[in-house]
Amino acid sequence: MNARKVYSPAFLVPMLILYTALFIVPTLVGFGYSFTNWNSMSDVVKWVGLKNYREIFSPGSNYAQSLITTFWFTLSTVIFKGALGLALALMLHENIKSKDALRGVFFLPNTLSPLIIGILFASILAPKGVFNDFLRFIGLGWLAKGWLTRPDTALGAVVSVECWRMIGWNMVMLLAGLQSIPKDYFEASSIDGASWWGQFRHITLPCLAPSLTIVTVLNTIHGIKSFDIVFALTGGGPGAVTEVINVLVFREFSMGRYGMSTALGIVLFAVTAVIALFIKRTMSGGEEA
Amino acid sequence: MKRQRRFALLKTAVAWLLAAIVLVPLCALVLTSFKTKPEAATMSLALPREFLFSNYLEAIQRGGLIRAFFNSVLISTTSAVLGIVCSAMGAFVLARHRSPINRVIYTYVFLGLIAPLNYVATIRVFQVLGLMNSYLGMILLDAALGIPFAVFVYTGFVASVPRELDEAAVVDGASPATMFFGIIFPLLKPVTVTAFVLNFMGAWNDFMSPLYLLNSSKLWPMVMSVYNFFGMHFNEWNMISAVIVMSTLPILILYIAGQRYVVSGMTSGAVKL
Repeated sequence: MNARKVYSPAFLVPMLILYTALFIVPTLVGFGYSFTNWNSMSDVVKWVGLKNYREIFSPGSNYAQSLITTFWFTLSTVIFKGALGLALALMLHENIKSKDALRGVFFLPNTLSPLIIGILFASILAPKGVFNDFLRFIGLGWLAKGWLTRPDTALGAVVSVECWRMIGWNMVMLLAGLQSIPKDYFEASSIDGASWWGQFRHITLPCLAPSLTIVTVLNTIHGIKSFDIVFALTGGGPGAVTEVINVLVFREFSMGRYGMSTALGIVLFAVTAVIALFIKRTMSGGEEA
Repeated sequence: MKRQRRFALLKTAVAWLLAAIVLVPLCALVLTSFKTKPEAATMSLALPREFLFSNYLEAIQRGGLIRAFFNSVLISTTSAVLGIVCSAMGAFVLARHRSPINRVIYTYVFLGLIAPLNYVATIRVFQVLGLMNSYLGMILLDAALGIPFAVFVYTGFVASVPRELDEAAVVDGASPATMFFGIIFPLLKPVTVTAFVLNFMGAWNDFMSPLYLLNSSKLWPMVMSVYNFFGMHFNEWNMISAVIVMSTLPILILYIAGQRYVVSGMTSGAVKL
């Protein structure tokens, strides 16, 4: 059987055209424009070389600041989503009542639009919102504040909302990993008198390592690319304390600095693409081993 | 034994307490949507004095939600179908014929699963192609954005469909197209459902594409209308809540109906990679 004839390359054409025209071409076009001063003020697009990139990476600029903010946002969401997702997965892996309903509930936020979650929590975390009501109710009224409008709490609040949205997703991914661990490992070690902690350290964690790696990598990428939720919650403020890269990309765009906006987009693309190829390599390496 | 049961009960209680963290904000949202404007000045768990179903009618009218709803349905459905057909065909060939070039193509498509789209440059591309401010542009873009994930899950699944089926069809003289659409594609149904649900949700919840690429409010999908409504009436939380509830209801129904597919798709997608 002639593989080339039966599995005709023609089948690849619609997919490749659509994907190339609307994903790869914009990336290449953006790469080109990132070396220009393309903006809404002048009709002429002038080549400026590496100027945009030099500005992005010059210490102290608000561009460099957004890279740092994105780093902290990503790091903290990765840690909390992963750790809390793991805790939930461990809890719901064991036989407890109504676990299917619980899984459904925890995963629910992941199906909602991040923009809408942002709007919802903008109200909940407002000075007179539900969250502060709750704090007053349990006697912690002195903690109540405008969580999203104070520079010292805004980033933490945004991180928390993002975690609220994604912990269920982490739980589902890690549950799938837990279910693939053979039960006899636990049975055998129980007979040998292993403690819960011993089992966790010597069976669960090592067996779960591949799932944990994937979840961590994907959380990292989601973190770097975040936009909707931050945009709706704070719009990058107060000041610029929550201004992650993608929010800045939009701000530069709305101020008419298109060249700069594409350059920031390219930085974002480069960082995520390196991570993507890294995952691809480690994964296919694992498959062959 | 009794102690063990009490412990299990305790764990269930703790789990539901944690689940409340997810459910309470959503309950507050639904309750607020039935309140009067002064009652809804802040979102709270207090019951409304009277359930104002009329809020929903008012929100539909003021938010232009009927049109937005049909825009969302149109964009999400057609983009999901288009993306799925392209992905299934492509993934079938990529999975069956692992030539060096096809491996490169797979990696090329895989990149789209992770890297973000450059929206500002997309505007330029859309202007050249005449797709700015059009349903067609939005449909093609959402389809393209859904391709990497769909290709990925299809490629994994095609391996479980026996090759002998292709061979038998070819021996019987079927063309590649008849063989694929007549025999293979129907067998891929579980993945097709997964890919459809996830791509539909992706398109429905997509906020960045309309934000950058649709200026005309006539074409706005629901999420964009919610954002716009929020911007214009930021102190009317009863209305905003009603608009939010209506824009998420279709997705919620889809999630509950297709929960099995959503979850299996997500996990098979990431765990096998």
